[in-house]
This record gives sequence, structure tokens and C-alpha cells, in this order.
Amino acid sequence: MTSLLALPYWQETAIKLGLALAVIPATSLILVYLFLFKMMAFMQSRLGPNDTGPYGSLQLIAEAIKFLQKEDIHPAQADRRVFRMAPVVVLASTFLLYVVLPAGPDAVVQNLDTGVFYAMAVSSLSVLGILMAGWASANKYALLGGLRAAGQLIAYELPLILAVMGVVVQAETLNLQGIVEAQATGEIFGFGAIGNPFILTQFLAFLIFMIAAQAELTQTPFDMPVAETELVGGFHVEYTGFRFLLFFMAEFGTAFAFSALAAVMFLGGWWIPGFDVHDNVLNILGPGVMLAKILLIAFFIFWIRFTYPRLREDQLQKFAWKVLIPLALANIVLTGIFKVVF
Amino acid sequence: MTATSDREQMAYVAAQAADARINVELDTGDMTLNIGPQHPATHGTLRIACRLDGEQVVVAEPIMGYMHRGYEKLCEVRTYPQCTTLINRIDWLGSFANEVPFILAAERLMEVEAPPRAQWIRTILFELSRIANLALFLGDMGVQIGALTPVFFAFRDRERVLNQIEEVTGGRFHPNFDRIGGLKDDIPKGWIDETRSVMTKMRTFCDEMEDLLVGNEIFQARCRGVGVIPGDVAVGYGLSGANLRASGIDWDLRRDANPGLAWDQIDWRVWTHPDGDSFARYWVRLQETREATRIVDQLLDGIPSGPIMAKVPRIIKVPAGEAYVSTENPLGEMGYYIVSKGDLGPFRVKIRTPSFNNISVVPWVMKGVYVPDVITILGSLYFILGDIDR
Amino acid sequence: MPQLPGLIKGLGVTARTAGRTLFPKRGWKTFIPAPQKGAVTVQYPHEKEAPPDRARGVIALHEENCTACMLCSRQCPDWCIYIEGHKVKAPPRRAGGKPRTVNMLDRFDIDYALCMYCGICVEVCPFDALFWTPEYEYSEPRIADLLHDKDRLGEWMETVPDFLDYEAGSEEKVRKVPR
Repeated sequence: MTSLLALPYWQETAIKLGLALAVIPATSLILVYLFLFKMMAFMQSRLGPNDTGPYGSLQLIAEAIKFLQKEDIHPAQADRRVFRMAPVVVLASTFLLYVVLPAGPDAVVQNLDTGVFYAMAVSSLSVLGILMAGWASANKYALLGGLRAAGQLIAYELPLILAVMGVVVQAETLNLQGIVEAQATGEIFGFGAIGNPFILTQFLAFLIFMIAAQAELTQTPFDMPVAETELVGGFHVEYTGFRFLLFFMAEFGTAFAFSALAAVMFLGGWWIPGFDVHDNVLNILGPGVMLAKILLIAFFIFWIRFTYPRLREDQLQKFAWKVLIPLALANIVLTGIFKVVF
Repeated sequence: MTATSDREQMAYVAAQAADARINVELDTGDMTLNIGPQHPATHGTLRIACRLDGEQVVVAEPIMGYMHRGYEKLCEVRTYPQCTTLINRIDWLGSFANEVPFILAAERLMEVEAPPRAQWIRTILFELSRIANLALFLGDMGVQIGALTPVFFAFRDRERVLNQIEEVTGGRFHPNFDRIGGLKDDIPKGWIDETRSVMTKMRTFCDEMEDLLVGNEIFQARCRGVGVIPGDVAVGYGLSGANLRASGIDWDLRRDANPGLAWDQIDWRVWTHPDGDSFARYWVRLQETREATRIVDQLLDGIPSGPIMAKVPRIIKVPAGEAYVSTENPLGEMGYYIVSKGDLGPFRVKIRTPSFNNISVVPWVMKGVYVPDVITILGSLYFILGDIDR
Repeated sequence: MPQLPGLIKGLGVTARTAGRTLFPKRGWKTFIPAPQKGAVTVQYPHEKEAPPDRARGVIALHEENCTACMLCSRQCPDWCIYIEGHKVKAPPRRAGGKPRTVNMLDRFDIDYALCMYCGICVEVCPFDALFWTPEYEYSEPRIADLLHDKDRLGEWMETVPDFLDYEAGSEEKVRKVPR
């Protein structure tokens, strides 16, 4: 693979890391503004914030400043060190996800050969942070929320990974860039102009992935762990100010990252039909294409979030173990059979 | 055996029993969870003390009184017209409906009757406040179980009904429009047509709720079979209103004991549901909202002409006596028991509010449910804090 | 007839509402997004809602009509009206008549921090001295400033709307606002 910038390794790494660090606040800003503020408002016949900046676009920055000004409160009974560490752990899992997300042939922080494996492993780190938050808050609601989150995230980790397995089997690689390449060079019954986005061949896997991602992100209808009207926020009920902001950023940063994963694995990633996969132009155009695809997927995630009520804990566990996992396993078997036959 | 060894044996048995007790205590890792007094699901300051085994409720007890404002006592030191301003604030979502039974009870004591036009307008406003109240429930139930959007729809469309109430009475939440012997004022020009168009919009709102929640599989999974109250239990606990009708008991004070309003002159029906679960309660209220818009439409067609005030003295003195009048309010049976000694104000007022009785079934119905269901049941029982604590 | 799953119907409702908010029906301009027009909310400081004429916003005092009879003050459920007055001799109405005794109003305060906007004072006033106006923007940073004296209450008189006509079939007479 040709390198776009001929820089020493450490300089390149520093630039890429800085970009990845800057991307998380930016992505949560975009998602929160577009969907949480505006789309939700329109769906409810409202306008949403519209005074801060043009069309209210600076609202979240104002809110972030507000959060920064707030007092950092610890509950008296809280386990202070764990309490302080929890949001950082959750955010770290989000940060680490961004390392492998490709936005162009070379526009990736680290092109890991086991990219899919790494992404799945790292995304499940957040469970640890949530459990830490729930336990250390010394609050019964937080504890219930943390335990529910742990149960739910572990249950939905499985269908998520199994759904991805189908893609991996078809692409014959664990490398995310390889998956994009496989989709770009793929053919649908000899017709290769638009490549072969895996959403066509792996539609079942795509559905399972999206449902499981919804649950991983604890978005409605799977938001039992946070359940505002019931657990009053669940694991982050005791957090204020900057620490709450970290949870908030992690939530939307992860939503963005999962949308990006779905875009890479099912919608063809950064590749534009008509270009060579290794074309350097794609390093410039790729991020734009990725952003469009990510926003499309995020739109569905948030549309569902604003429409549906939430499932009960036992119902969503049942749904994961009795429906999603068998379906995902069947999908892998089918993919394997087709792979061998064709 | 000697006495000493007897005593030793007793001590041994006692120690064994103590050990057993400790073991039992260790086994039941119960946790007490206070839902409220500050909790979004309690719409105010109700406290539900739950003992949880895991996420399962072992015992739940509603503890009320955090918002007690002493209206029964306050009424004793006020004149009759002043009382209605207080009574408005009991069930703050359907406040016009609160005034009516009180005024009717006072009218019964004074042996005056409001002229027919006043009766009809009263009935219209009564049903409008029912729509305003139940519309908010229809959305709020959604938000209780996690759907964000319905409650905004509910606020959006309830606003139209409140505007209609405000155009007549001058007050959105506290109309204070009912007077002993009639009404404060007549309806302004053009109001009937506006109300008709609002009723059409409310029916659209009901359809939207049907699509958003009632037909939604997740909503049904959350509500069906949750918090089942059989008919006999509902009657035993003194439930009233939609909660009772959802348990299959065909009981509606508007039809069964009409205290003189215009309900008996139009065509409408009482909705019941045999299941008695949270879904049934939601469904019955949805149908009732629709039915109420139909009632209002019919009433608007036939408002009789005439005065709106009967002949009553300017300074109202209610003759000595006792009267109890109850009506079918949005939440259930609301009644006022007035004892008068012939003064300017009542000697004693007992207020029978529906939410107080409706919430009394909570310990029975919440045995063995899960924490998320606690919220579903609380939401579907639909209480208003002012109505519980008064 | 095959039924759409409720889940999809629900998505349709929210999408339809979003569409209606973003693209309100207004002829050929429908396709230009105009959420400002489609939203049902009123952007308060920029645009103001017009409450109905009967809305109980604030009480206006027509001072000439007030005779300091104290009826309103006594009937107020939370006793938030403070009235002081004194009697003066006024010249006779007709030449050669007896000199009259008139009640002069010294103080007429309504404490809006206490007022519960029930409207009993307006209703009991036998001389048409008190009126409701739908104005609502008189909040103050200090609670003591919510005590409106008779000059302040008199200023509200300009904003009192005319009484509305009644719907057909009414036997009420439309009252007049003294100007």
C-alpha cells in the first residue's frame, strides 16, 4: 500500500492520533445536532434549539461549556477511584474503536489485519466502564442500571459478532480495508459496476448487526439500562458535569463508530463506483462518502430511537438468545455453503 | 437430665434457631428501592417503597402525603365561590371537571337548578377537560415505557383543547367558571365551530396514538398481561373510572347516576375491556377520548338557548343540610360530601378523589412484578398527585 | 387484508410528522424546508402568542369607577388586595342640590405574588372598576415588585379588550368597557 504522506513513523502516528482524538467530539457534535436536536424536534412538531449559532448549531458547544462549569460531585458513599475512572474507561473504548475505522485507502489510523476482531473486542470494553460506574456510584438505581447494562451488552455482543462473521466469511479477511476491497471488486452475477456491497448478499446479517448495534448503544427500544423514566438514567445517574459529558460523548461517539462499521462492512465503505480501489483521490473523497453513509445509518438508528417504546429486560434477553443468535448462526452456515458451492 | 442440662439444651435450641434465622436472612438478599418521592414515573411526589428480590418486587407500598395541601380544611374557612378556586387545583389536568360535583352538591342543598343552556355548556366543558386530561395520559404512558415522541404529540394536541377551554373560561388550567346556579359567562361567538375543528384534530391524534403505541408490538409486549386486576379485586379496592372499566365492569356514573348534566340526552356508549391489564387500561382510555370527542360534537349541535344563570342571591348562603354528589371525572369517581350549617361557607367538605382509591390497589397488583412493570402499572393506573393528596 | 406491522406504522407516523414540520403545505413553496412555519411551537421571545380575549392575564383598574367598597378585597380567596380610602365632600351634581359624600381611593394594591387569578374580584365588583386583560409580561426580578399599585393597575386599562359577542341563543347582554 502506498503511503500518502512520506513522514517518519512517529510524526505520522502523532498526526493520525490527533485526528482520531479530534474526531470523537466532532462526531458526537454532528450526531447530537442533526439527530438528537433537529430530527427529534421535527418528528415532534418542534424546532429544537435555534438561537445558539446559525440554526442552533452551536447549542452542544454551549452545553459542553455548561457541563464544564459544573461542580464535580462524588456521592459520599462512592468508591471514588472507580467512580472517577469509569467514564474514562467507557470513552477509551470509543477512542480505540476509531483506530481501525477506514475512511480511504490510506486514511486510517492503523490498518490492522485483524481489524474486525479488534473492533469487536474493543467495543465490549465499555461494559466494564458501565459496570464500574454502576457499582461505584453507591446508588441502587445505578447498580440496577449497571447490572442490566452488563447483561444486555454481553447478550448482544454475540449476535453482533456472529453477524459480522458472515461478512468475514464472504470477504475472506478480517481486515476492514480488505472487506472494503472485497466489496469494491466483487460482482453481482457478473455485473461489477457498483461492486458487491454486502448489504445485498448479507441482508440478514445486516439486520442482525443493526439490531444488535442498537442494543450495544443502549438506544431505544433497548435502553433498559438507562431508562430515564424508570432508573432515572441508570448507571450515570450520579454523574455530573464533565464526567457526565464523557458518558454523553462516548454514547454518541460509539453510535458514530458503529454506524461507520456498518457502512464499511455492508455498504461498501469509502469506495466510489468507477474508481480504482487504490486511487489516491479516494483519500480525499472517501471521508465524504463515509460520512454520507454513516449519517444514513445513524438516521435509522435514531429514527427507531425516537419512535419505539423500550423492551423489558427479560424480553430483550429472550430476543437476543432465542431469535438473533440462531438466525446469525444460520446465516453463517448459509454463507459457508454458498461460499463453497459458488 | 438435670435442670442445668435442660437449660443447656434450651440454650442450644435457641442458638440453633438464631443460626437458622441468620441463614434465612442471608438467603433473602432483599433490597429496598424507593421509587420516589422524586422520580419521573410518579408525576410528582408519590413514594413507592419496594422490597426487591433481584429485580422482582416482593412488597410494594405506596406512601402518600408529600403534597398534602389540606383542601378539605381550607374549604371550611372560605365561602362557596372561593372554594371552587381551590377545588380547581385538585386534579390539575382536568380541573373544570373538579368544580362540577362540588357546585352540583351545593345546588342540591340550595334546591336550585341551573338552566338547560348552562347544563349543556357545563357538559361540553366537562368533556373537553376529560379530553385534555386523557390526551396527556395517552402520550405520557408512552414516555413511561420509553417512547419519547407520543408525549410531545399529546402536549401539542392537548394545547388546542386547552385553548378552547381558555377562550370560554379565561383560564387554561384553573377555569373557575362554574357558579352555583349556572355559569359565569356564556360562550363567545365562533367558539362552536372552532371546537368542532379541534375535535376532528383530536380524533386524528387518537389515530396517531393507535399507530404509534397501541399497534406497536413492543408496546403490546410491555403492557399485555402486566398488572392484571380482575373485576372483583377492582371493585373490592374501590377503583373507579377507566381502571374499573378496563377490568370488565360496565360502570359509568355519567350513565348510571347522571346528576343532571346533559349526558342522557345524547347518544354515546361506555367502553369496557375484559382483560384488566395495563393494555386494557390504555385502550379503554383511548376509546373514551374518542367517545368524548363524539359527545362534544353532539352537544355542540344542540345547545339550547336561554339564560345561563338561575335566580340565586348575590351573597350565597347554603341552607343547613348534607349532600353528596359524585361525577365520572377523567380519573374516576370524584365526589364531594358537603355539610352546611347555613353559613357563607361549608362546615365540612369531604372530597372523594379517584386517584386515592386507584392507587390503593398498588400493593396487591405489584406483588411479584419486575421493576420495569412497576412503571408500566403506575403509568397505566394513571393518578394525579394533587388528586391523591388533595 | 394484510396488516402492516405496528412497528413500521409507528415509524411512518414519526416520519410523516417530521415531513409536515419540515415541509409545511404552502403551495409551490412546499418543497423549500420551512420548519419555522411547520412547527406548532411559538418561539416566545421572537414571536408572541396572542391569548384569547377572555384570558386572565392581569387585572386592570378603572379608578374613576372604584368607590373603595372593599367587596373585592373581602371576597379574594387569598386576600391579596389592599384598599385604603377616605370620604370627601364633593360639589353637588346639579346646581342647588345637596353636596355629596364620595369615597376617594388612596391605595389600591394587588399583590400578584399571592394572586391565584381566580377572577372573583372582577366578578363581584358592582361598579365595573376591575377588568381582566390578556397581558402576561409583567414578571419581575424582585418579588416585591409584583405588588402593583393603583397607577400601575390603571395603566393596564389600555390593554383591556372589548367584551366578545355571544354565540347564538344566548340571552346575555354584551357589556361595555369604560374607556
